[in-house]
Amino acid sequence: MKWYSKTYIGVFLAFLYLPIMILIIFSFNDTKGRTFTGFTIKWFVQLFHDAAALDALWTTIVVALVSSVIATVMGTAAAIGLEKMDTKLKAVVMNLTYIPIINPEIITGVSFMLLFVTAKKWLATMGIDFQFGWATLILAHITFNVPYVILNVLPKLRQLDQSLVEAAMDLGCNPMQAFLKVTIHEIKSGIVAGFLMSLTFSMDDFVVSYFTTGAKHQTLSVMIYAMTKKRISPEINALSTVIFIAVLAVLVTVNLLERRNEKRLKQGSLKWKGGAAR
Amino acid sequence: MIYKNKIKHIVVWAMVLIMALPLFLSPMQAAAETSHAGKKVPAYDQKYYSRFKGKDVEINVYNWGEYLSTGEDGLMDINAEFEKLTGIKVNYSNYETNEGMYAKLKSGANSYDVIFPSDYMISRLIQEKMIQPLNYDNIPNFKYIGKEFLYPAYDPKNLYSVPYMWGRVCIIYNKKLIGHEIHSVDELWNAKYADKILMFKNSRDAFALALEKLGYDINTENRKELDQAAELLKQQKPLVQAYVMDQIFDKMQRNEALIAPYYIGDYYIMKEVNPDLEAFIPQNTNIYYDAMCIPSDSAHKEAAEMYINFLNEPQVAADNAAFIMYSSPNSEAVKLLDDEIREDKNLYPPKEELKNTQAFVNLSEETNLYVDQLWTDVLSQDDAYLDWVMPVFVLFSVLVLLINSIRKRRKKEMNNAGRRKNDK
Repeated sequence: MKWYSKTYIGVFLAFLYLPIMILIIFSFNDTKGRTFTGFTIKWFVQLFHDAAALDALWTTIVVALVSSVIATVMGTAAAIGLEKMDTKLKAVVMNLTYIPIINPEIITGVSFMLLFVTAKKWLATMGIDFQFGWATLILAHITFNVPYVILNVLPKLRQLDQSLVEAAMDLGCNPMQAFLKVTIHEIKSGIVAGFLMSLTFSMDDFVVSYFTTGAKHQTLSVMIYAMTKKRISPEINALSTVIFIAVLAVLVTVNLLERRNEKRLKQGSLKWKGGAAR
Repeated sequence: MIYKNKIKHIVVWAMVLIMALPLFLSPMQAAAETSHAGKKVPAYDQKYYSRFKGKDVEINVYNWGEYLSTGEDGLMDINAEFEKLTGIKVNYSNYETNEGMYAKLKSGANSYDVIFPSDYMISRLIQEKMIQPLNYDNIPNFKYIGKEFLYPAYDPKNLYSVPYMWGRVCIIYNKKLIGHEIHSVDELWNAKYADKILMFKNSRDAFALALEKLGYDINTENRKELDQAAELLKQQKPLVQAYVMDQIFDKMQRNEALIAPYYIGDYYIMKEVNPDLEAFIPQNTNIYYDAMCIPSDSAHKEAAEMYINFLNEPQVAADNAAFIMYSSPNSEAVKLLDDEIREDKNLYPPKEELKNTQAFVNLSEETNLYVDQLWTDVLSQDDAYLDWVMPVFVLFSVLVLLINSIRKRRKKEMNNAGRRKNDK
């Protein structure tokens, strides 16, 4: 590493992580301003007493996880189907896939709201009481997550060596087994990347959530956005700190486990392609 | 390499401990009950509040963000207290503007039981029959509301709303850095403070300031007057550092900006951090009221009325006013407040001081649209470069697309040619 590449990387990482560091520092600040006046952990204590904030956190996590898992399954299936389509149809479906990504979020959000309101009225005439809430939030999130999964999995499928699958079948796998034992392994990194992307987008999303959320629960982003007339409470800093450290802990653990696996594999001199997602 | 692993282990354990800290600490914090030394507080009417006990009633409350005490600084956690007392579950969610709340309500996506609209929005909701008349028999604590808040302009028969908080728009400035006191709205247009002025981000509040400066009615529907106000705002634009809402707190607290209009209650929160700040309230400033209403499609009207009543229990309203720092219309609650707040002329002024203040009323749809257009125009005014950036960008995109398609075609031809060779 030359000195200038080191400097470049240093500056780059500083840009990425300094804001988060500052946010974390201020979650321990004992006044509400942005000048550090003293160390306190009262915001964390208050956060754990604040039912509304905890409920918002819970809602955010549940919606993100459930919608990402479903979107990953659907997106992977869709990508495999797309791969087998003829070119013309594939082009049409691919363009349809891009729409949710290109479409401004506000339009997506409003159209979802209108759709669900229509559904609500229509179900009411049949005597079914349908309320905005978990279902509407998760459905909307799945919809904008699926394209990201498809776009992450498709390239991996293109790289997939078809002869591997054929070889597996020749060696006595039925198609399902071949799919589970070969295809899935080969495209695993794409699936994981798609899942993580969905998770991130879902956690981040404000606009679509704003229009599809129910009266009983709100996501964190909606709650924080609503604070902008008064002032964003330092509790939110504390919450961000907790989330950041949790994510970091997960990443570190995953990396450590991977290291161990790699070591074990090296000792067993087994090598298999397609490591975990970066 | 071994010691590196050790470090990693230590780091992981440290993180786990840090994350678990709050869990250890929460039991240690005893729930502090506010005691208003020597001041008598009437006890809750247990019989009235236990009507819905064990009936699994839930109410959906829709409020501004940070506009209800949640147990910070030893004040009451109001929703938790209400749930404990009545057995009614409160589903609490937030909005950020009157207009956002209105859109949500209008869409029919959710039915809410209690909402907190501002004055002009209340008259609009009454006009559109989106809120329903209240049964004041279920809100006995309405008697604590000060006389001057009854029969307000936005709800002249006082059928639909119970006042929640009120306040005035003031001009907050950094006395130490400016060096003298400020006595006029004009200072927001003073070139001396170029790049140190902040301004409201929402059209209604920004236009109100310009109209005050011109001496017009802040509810004017006269296009000429509105055009003049927009002109003033355009003149002000080069001097403005930013159009903001919540960032006003930080920017004023850290001396990044010297002068900004905001709501008087919020000034005290800023002053706590930065004692150099002072506030000036113009004679003809905007006075605002936020009140509690029940939407027409509420499913639990009586429980909602109970909630409104609870928010007017003197102790509850006092804690809430101490948390929000806006002025409470509940006269019993005001008596319970600390002396320095209660005697503050900015928060609880003598009546004659409010004589010339102006409250917002609901404007006609056309005027609302017109003001929004003017406001967009003001905000996008110095973006003259957009005039040429857009066409250039479009041309560039078209060119890229063209080149791409030509390249693709060529590639195809090449491939086809190659294939034909192979086939031979």
